[in-house]
Amino acid sequence: MKILYFAWLREKLGMSEEDVDVPADVTTVEALLQWLAQRGPQFEAVLKDPTIVRVAVNQDYAHPEDPVSADDEIALFPPVTGG
Amino acid sequence: MIRVQQEDFDVGAEMAALRAGNTAIGGMAAFVGLVRDMSGGGDVSSMTLEHYPGMTEKQLQAIEDEARRRWPLQNSLIIHRYGTLEPGDQIVLVITASAHREAAFESAAFLMDWLKTKAPFWKREDGTAGGQWVEARESDDSAADRWNAKPKNG
Repeated sequence: MKILYFAWLREKLGMSEEDVDVPADVTTVEALLQWLAQRGPQFEAVLKDPTIVRVAVNQDYAHPEDPVSADDEIALFPPVTGG
Repeated sequence: MIRVQQEDFDVGAEMAALRAGNTAIGGMAAFVGLVRDMSGGGDVSSMTLEHYPGMTEKQLQAIEDEARRRWPLQNSLIIHRYGTLEPGDQIVLVITASAHREAAFESAAFLMDWLKTKAPFWKREDGTAGGQWVEARESDDSAADRWNAKPKNG
Protein backbone atom coordinates (compact mmCIF):
# COMPACT_ATOMS: atom_id res chain seq x y z
CA MET A 1 0.00 0.00 0.00
CA LYS A 2 1.28 3.43 -0.97
CA ILE A 3 0.81 6.17 1.62
CA LEU A 4 1.41 9.87 0.92
CA TYR A 5 1.85 12.59 3.57
CA PHE A 6 1.33 16.31 3.04
CA ALA A 7 1.95 19.63 4.83
CA TRP A 8 2.80 19.35 8.56
CA LEU A 9 2.26 15.58 8.55
CA ARG A 10 4.99 15.29 5.90
CA GLU A 11 7.31 17.55 7.91
CA LYS A 12 6.74 15.83 11.26
CA LEU A 13 7.13 12.35 9.82
CA GLY A 14 10.14 13.36 7.73
CA MET A 15 8.86 11.72 4.54
CA SER A 16 6.42 12.45 1.75
CA GLU A 17 5.53 8.87 0.87
CA GLU A 18 6.18 5.24 1.72
CA ASP A 19 5.19 1.75 0.65
CA VAL A 20 3.91 -0.36 3.52
CA ASP A 21 2.73 -3.92 4.00
CA VAL A 22 -0.26 -3.73 6.28
CA PRO A 23 -1.64 -6.66 8.29
CA ALA A 24 -4.51 -8.56 6.67
CA ASP A 25 -6.99 -7.38 9.31
CA VAL A 26 -6.45 -3.72 8.35
CA THR A 27 -9.35 -3.33 5.94
CA THR A 28 -10.77 0.13 6.72
CA VAL A 29 -9.48 3.71 6.95
CA GLU A 30 -10.08 3.68 10.71
CA ALA A 31 -8.12 0.44 11.19
CA LEU A 32 -5.30 1.79 9.04
CA LEU A 33 -4.99 4.94 11.16
CA GLN A 34 -4.95 2.83 14.34
CA TRP A 35 -2.26 0.57 12.89
CA LEU A 36 -0.16 3.53 11.73
CA ALA A 37 -0.41 5.21 15.14
CA GLN A 38 1.32 2.29 16.86
CA ARG A 39 4.31 2.29 14.49
CA GLY A 40 6.28 4.74 16.62
CA PRO A 41 6.16 7.95 18.64
CA GLN A 42 6.17 10.22 15.57
CA PHE A 43 3.17 8.44 14.08
CA GLU A 44 1.42 8.41 17.45
CA ALA A 45 2.01 12.18 17.74
CA VAL A 46 0.68 13.19 14.33
CA LEU A 47 -2.36 10.90 14.62
CA LYS A 48 -3.31 11.60 18.23
CA ASP A 49 -6.03 14.06 17.19
CA PRO A 50 -7.94 12.43 14.30
CA THR A 51 -10.13 15.54 13.86
CA ILE A 52 -7.23 17.43 12.25
CA VAL A 53 -6.22 14.65 9.85
CA ARG A 54 -8.03 14.04 6.55
CA VAL A 55 -7.68 10.82 4.56
CA ALA A 56 -8.01 10.27 0.81
CA VAL A 57 -8.27 6.86 -0.82
CA ASN A 58 -7.32 6.86 -4.51
CA GLN A 59 -7.57 10.67 -4.56
CA ASP A 60 -11.09 10.91 -3.12
CA TYR A 61 -11.96 11.97 0.43
CA ALA A 62 -12.61 8.94 2.64
CA HIS A 63 -14.61 8.21 5.79
CA PRO A 64 -13.36 6.04 8.71
CA GLU A 65 -15.51 3.07 7.63
CA ASP A 66 -14.38 3.15 3.97
CA PRO A 67 -12.42 0.08 2.77
CA VAL A 68 -8.69 0.07 2.00
CA SER A 69 -6.65 -2.57 0.22
CA ALA A 70 -3.05 -3.22 -0.78
CA ASP A 71 -3.46 -1.66 -4.26
CA ASP A 72 -4.82 1.66 -2.96
CA GLU A 73 -3.08 5.03 -2.90
CA ILE A 74 -3.76 6.49 0.54
CA ALA A 75 -3.02 10.08 1.53
CA LEU A 76 -2.98 11.70 4.98
CA PHE A 77 -3.13 15.48 5.29
CA PRO A 78 -4.52 18.37 7.37
CA PRO A 79 -7.77 20.16 6.47
CA VAL A 80 -7.16 21.98 3.19
CA THR A 81 -6.40 25.71 2.99
CA GLY A 82 -6.32 26.58 -0.71
CA GLY A 83 -8.10 29.35 -2.59
CA MET B 1 -11.55 23.99 -17.80
CA ILE B 2 -9.13 23.65 -14.91
CA ARG B 3 -5.40 24.33 -14.67
CA VAL B 4 -2.96 23.76 -11.81
CA GLN B 5 0.28 25.62 -12.44
CA GLN B 6 3.28 27.31 -10.89
CA GLU B 7 3.35 30.26 -13.29
CA ASP B 8 1.28 33.45 -13.01
CA PHE B 9 -1.82 34.08 -15.13
CA ASP B 10 -3.16 37.06 -17.11
CA VAL B 11 -6.79 37.71 -16.07
CA GLY B 12 -7.63 39.75 -19.18
CA ALA B 13 -6.17 37.21 -21.56
CA GLU B 14 -7.98 34.35 -19.80
CA MET B 15 -11.32 36.22 -19.92
CA ALA B 16 -10.86 37.02 -23.61
CA ALA B 17 -10.03 33.38 -24.40
CA LEU B 18 -13.01 32.08 -22.45
CA ARG B 19 -15.56 34.23 -24.34
CA ALA B 20 -13.91 34.02 -27.77
CA GLY B 21 -16.37 33.11 -30.52
CA ASN B 22 -19.34 32.63 -28.17
CA THR B 23 -21.89 35.43 -28.48
CA ALA B 24 -24.43 33.56 -26.36
CA ILE B 25 -22.44 34.80 -23.35
CA GLY B 26 -24.17 37.81 -21.81
CA GLY B 27 -21.90 38.24 -18.80
CA MET B 28 -18.83 36.97 -17.05
CA ALA B 29 -17.82 36.97 -13.40
CA ALA B 30 -14.19 36.71 -12.31
CA PHE B 31 -12.63 36.27 -8.87
CA VAL B 32 -8.90 36.62 -8.25
CA GLY B 33 -7.43 35.47 -4.94
CA LEU B 34 -4.23 37.23 -3.79
CA VAL B 35 -1.52 36.68 -1.18
CA ARG B 36 -2.01 39.09 1.74
CA ASP B 37 0.93 40.46 3.72
CA MET B 38 -0.64 40.11 7.15
CA SER B 39 -1.86 37.06 9.03
CA GLY B 40 -2.45 36.04 12.62
CA GLY B 41 1.22 35.53 13.33
CA GLY B 42 2.71 38.80 11.99
CA ASP B 43 4.08 40.03 8.69
CA VAL B 44 4.19 37.50 5.87
CA SER B 45 7.16 37.70 3.50
CA SER B 46 6.24 34.66 1.43
CA MET B 47 3.69 31.90 1.15
CA THR B 48 4.26 28.41 -0.16
CA LEU B 49 1.36 26.43 -1.54
CA GLU B 50 1.75 22.67 -1.40
CA HIS B 51 -0.71 20.46 -3.26
CA TYR B 52 -1.47 16.82 -4.03
CA PRO B 53 -0.76 16.34 -7.75
CA GLY B 54 -3.45 14.18 -9.31
CA MET B 55 -6.02 14.62 -6.55
CA THR B 56 -5.96 18.38 -7.05
CA GLU B 57 -6.93 18.08 -10.70
CA LYS B 58 -9.52 15.40 -9.92
CA GLN B 59 -11.20 17.49 -7.20
CA LEU B 60 -11.12 20.77 -9.17
CA GLN B 61 -12.69 18.99 -12.14
CA ALA B 62 -15.42 17.57 -9.88
CA ILE B 63 -16.11 21.03 -8.43
CA GLU B 64 -16.35 22.58 -11.90
CA ASP B 65 -18.61 19.73 -13.10
CA GLU B 66 -20.91 20.37 -10.13
CA ALA B 67 -21.14 24.10 -10.93
CA ARG B 68 -22.02 23.35 -14.54
CA ARG B 69 -24.68 20.90 -13.37
CA ARG B 70 -26.23 23.54 -11.11
CA TRP B 71 -26.03 26.62 -13.36
CA PRO B 72 -26.46 27.16 -17.11
CA LEU B 73 -22.87 28.20 -17.87
CA GLN B 74 -21.51 28.81 -21.33
CA ASN B 75 -17.96 28.41 -20.11
CA SER B 76 -15.89 28.34 -16.92
CA LEU B 77 -12.27 28.31 -15.81
CA ILE B 78 -10.41 27.56 -12.60
CA ILE B 79 -6.68 28.26 -12.36
CA HIS B 80 -4.91 27.52 -9.07
CA ARG B 81 -1.21 28.15 -8.54
CA TYR B 82 1.24 26.28 -6.31
CA GLY B 83 4.80 26.95 -5.18
CA THR B 84 6.27 29.98 -3.41
CA LEU B 85 4.41 33.29 -3.79
CA GLU B 86 4.85 36.79 -2.36
CA PRO B 87 2.33 39.31 -0.99
CA GLY B 88 0.33 40.76 -3.88
CA ASP B 89 0.81 37.70 -6.07
CA GLN B 90 -2.20 36.06 -7.67
CA ILE B 91 -3.09 32.62 -6.24
CA VAL B 92 -6.37 31.59 -7.80
CA LEU B 93 -8.62 32.62 -10.67
CA VAL B 94 -12.25 31.64 -11.20
CA ILE B 95 -14.16 32.84 -14.26
CA THR B 96 -17.73 31.94 -15.13
CA ALA B 97 -19.58 32.93 -18.30
CA SER B 98 -23.33 32.72 -18.77
CA ALA B 99 -26.23 34.30 -20.66
CA HIS B 100 -27.27 36.18 -17.51
CA ARG B 101 -25.45 37.65 -14.53
CA GLU B 102 -27.11 35.67 -11.73
CA ALA B 103 -25.69 32.36 -12.91
CA ALA B 104 -22.25 33.90 -13.43
CA PHE B 105 -22.12 35.60 -10.00
CA GLU B 106 -23.56 32.68 -8.06
CA SER B 107 -21.52 29.95 -9.72
CA ALA B 108 -18.28 31.94 -9.23
CA ALA B 109 -19.02 32.26 -5.50
CA PHE B 110 -19.91 28.57 -5.35
CA LEU B 111 -16.68 27.54 -7.09
CA MET B 112 -14.56 29.56 -4.66
CA ASP B 113 -16.45 28.30 -1.57
CA TRP B 114 -16.19 24.67 -2.61
CA LEU B 115 -12.62 24.99 -3.81
CA LYS B 116 -11.52 26.33 -0.42
CA THR B 117 -12.85 23.27 1.40
CA LYS B 118 -12.27 20.50 -1.17
CA ALA B 119 -9.18 21.23 -3.27
CA PRO B 120 -6.09 19.64 -1.64
CA PHE B 121 -3.86 22.70 -1.19
CA TRP B 122 -2.04 23.73 1.98
CA LYS B 123 -0.63 27.19 2.66
CA ARG B 124 2.55 27.72 4.62
CA GLU B 125 3.37 31.31 5.60
CA ASP B 126 6.91 32.46 6.24
CA GLY B 127 7.67 35.82 7.80
CA THR B 128 8.96 37.71 10.83
CA ALA B 129 7.27 35.25 13.20
CA GLY B 130 8.87 32.25 11.47
CA GLY B 131 7.04 29.67 9.39
CA GLN B 132 3.64 28.22 10.06
CA TRP B 133 0.96 26.21 8.28
CA VAL B 134 -2.27 28.13 7.81
CA GLU B 135 -5.12 26.48 9.72
CA ALA B 136 -8.43 25.76 8.06
CA ARG B 137 -11.17 28.18 9.07
CA GLU B 138 -14.63 27.18 10.21
CA SER B 139 -16.08 30.14 8.30
CA ASP B 140 -14.85 28.49 5.10
CA ASP B 141 -16.77 25.33 5.99
CA SER B 142 -19.96 27.27 6.68
CA ALA B 143 -19.52 29.25 3.44
CA ALA B 144 -19.30 25.97 1.54
CA ASP B 145 -22.22 24.44 3.45
CA ARG B 146 -24.65 27.18 2.41
CA TRP B 147 -24.66 25.68 -1.09
CA ASN B 148 -25.92 22.40 0.36
CA ALA B 149 -28.71 24.11 2.26
CA LYS B 150 -30.03 26.11 -0.68
CA PRO B 151 -29.23 24.48 -4.01
CA LYS B 152 -29.86 26.92 -6.84
CA ASN B 153 -30.93 25.93 -10.32
CA GLY B 154 -30.04 28.85 -12.50
